Amino acid sequence: MSVSFRALSVPDPSALMFGRASKPVSCGFGLELGNGQVYPELNFTLPTMVLDESNWTAVVAHYEEIGTSIQRAAKRLKLPGLMVEFELLPPMTEHPSWGAEITAILHRHLKQAHENFGLPCALRVTPTDIRDVTRPPELRSGKPLEALLRSFDECAAAGADVLSIESVGAKEVHDEALLYGDLEGVIFALGVLAPRDMDFLWNKIVAVCSAHTVVPGADSACGFANTAMQLSSQGMLPEVLAAVVRAASAVRSLVAYECGARGPSKDCAYEGPILKAITGTPIAMEGKSASCAHFSPVGNVAAAMCDLWSNESVQNVRLLSGPAPEAYLELLAYDCRLFNQALKSGTERAYQDLLVESDVHLSPQAYILSPLSTGRIASAIVKESNHYAMTLAAARESVLILREAGQKKELDLNSREVEWLERISRDLDALPVDEQQLLVAMQERYGHLFSAASYGL
Amino acid sequence: MKELQDLAQSVEQGQVQKVSGLTQQLLDSGVSPQTILNDGLIAGMTVVGQKMRSGEMYLPEVLQSASAMHGSLKILKPHLVREGAQSRGKIMVGTVKGDMHDIGKNLVSIMLQGAGFDIVDLGLNVSPQKFVEAISAHQPAILGLSAMLTTTMLNMKTTIEAINAAGLRSSVKVIIGGAPVSQKFADEIGADGYARDAVLAVDKVKQLLGVSA
Repeated sequence: MSVSFRALSVPDPSALMFGRASKPVSCGFGLELGNGQVYPELNFTLPTMVLDESNWTAVVAHYEEIGTSIQRAAKRLKLPGLMVEFELLPPMTEHPSWGAEITAILHRHLKQAHENFGLPCALRVTPTDIRDVTRPPELRSGKPLEALLRSFDECAAAGADVLSIESVGAKEVHDEALLYGDLEGVIFALGVLAPRDMDFLWNKIVAVCSAHTVVPGADSACGFANTAMQLSSQGMLPEVLAAVVRAASAVRSLVAYECGARGPSKDCAYEGPILKAITGTPIAMEGKSASCAHFSPVGNVAAAMCDLWSNESVQNVRLLSGPAPEAYLELLAYDCRLFNQALKSGTERAYQDLLVESDVHLSPQAYILSPLSTGRIASAIVKESNHYAMTLAAARESVLILREAGQKKELDLNSREVEWLERISRDLDALPVDEQQLLVAMQERYGHLFSAASYGL
Repeated sequence: MKELQDLAQSVEQGQVQKVSGLTQQLLDSGVSPQTILNDGLIAGMTVVGQKMRSGEMYLPEVLQSASAMHGSLKILKPHLVREGAQSRGKIMVGTVKGDMHDIGKNLVSIMLQGAGFDIVDLGLNVSPQKFVEAISAHQPAILGLSAMLTTTMLNMKTTIEAINAAGLRSSVKVIIGGAPVSQKFADEIGADGYARDAVLAVDKVKQLLGVSA
């Protein structure tokens, strides 16, 4: 770890605005992020098909078609800039040369777009965290780690401009704790185990990026907070629990920046606004235009502070209009025209208010993503000096925010949600100040799920 | 019987210690272990399943009920074995090759256990060959396959083909679940059923095995 965030980069929540970051990032072919514009970030995946050596020609053909359709749409829509994300599928990380081959194809298409019609653009490449292939996961050694690090290296060499990951260290404990609504286990996973793995992994990713002059992007708490969001959307978990997990998960994602990540954050990292307030770096977000990949209760508010606006993922299938990635690029392009027109005409505050107000009164998960709430959670985090205390502070602040919102009738919480909020509050208050004390108790409860060596314990 | 109703209600409320205590009391008073299982534990978990389906219970509360039931089962099991009581059926579950997602599968296991079925969980990233070997060894009535990726769901088809090739298909019914799959896909690959979530998976298993409640 080399950087500690002890103060907010954006102390005034009203300065948290889409398209503007206090620490802009330049990447790829002249793309400037956080410098006064919001750009689309297009993400895509394969349709239902076998992904192995025997089918590799068909796999390559899909990415060629996607690259061609991106160029066509970018020119037709007169895009002012574009980020393309290539999220590797697990076999593409297990075989690093496969991921590198697709990276080179997409890099070639973006280079052509830049040379032929001047498109500012960049390629984000996100290898899959394949280290959880065994139970308990072996995070600090073994073939999956070797393949993952080789994948970063080969993709960087093949033309990635930004490297990111959705890492899964501590998910093995978090999943179990989440299902049981065990706040001790959730905070232990997010505040004690996950930061240790993030520190281990991100120092290695930053080293690869330095060797290739590639931007170290960021991580996502997808495996943690988005799991909670999805279980909540299915009625399996209270929404207030998913909201508190979201706030608490920001700390493990922050560790990437402590290790040298510079953003943009990952689209599925809905904790991005908290990270933007702390680090000042540009963030990618996804919401209503990512319903091709999953549903969420934060479709508009997610856009309020974004610098990249993403569709999360869409299969390369044929729609009435054309290939689905091209259709979604058009959707994102029109969303971004609105952001940018608002910025140009000085109406960005009114537009942001609409995005926020249209969502926050309907869902606790949306409420904690408003600029005011994210500012409060970020402030609570930077006041603390270790990851466990920071995680606990973020969780407690989110409880306070939601309780106040309920009392002020700004948020309609039913009686079961209120009961759960108070239960969460009590459980958080009962947690020890000293993480060692928690570690002993959690080793007894969850020791069968994780390997202490994977976390340097 | 009031005590059995108390037991069912205590299971529903997730009262771990009370459930164990009532189980022992009922055994001591001569109630048969099979009756305790059916009219106390499974009756309670049936209400839990209904409440989860209607949105009246969240998963942590359901799991608390399941924990209470498991505590009771530990006490009941030796008695059930001694009486030669029949299981409601053995269900094998696993996430297919190449897929590392296991939350959905785990939930299905928990809900099926709550409904009184025996579970053999093969874990994740399970090869077709491993499924075949496990079917031979454990002889489950139903195999539940899980996948979360569009590039791994086809391994469900490969698995069913391997079970066919091994001559085991007639001995086991196959159901599938996971975000990218559907009833249509189940029909296409020759599965016997599809369930959208863990509660519906229990219904599907009961339907396939002709279990009424």
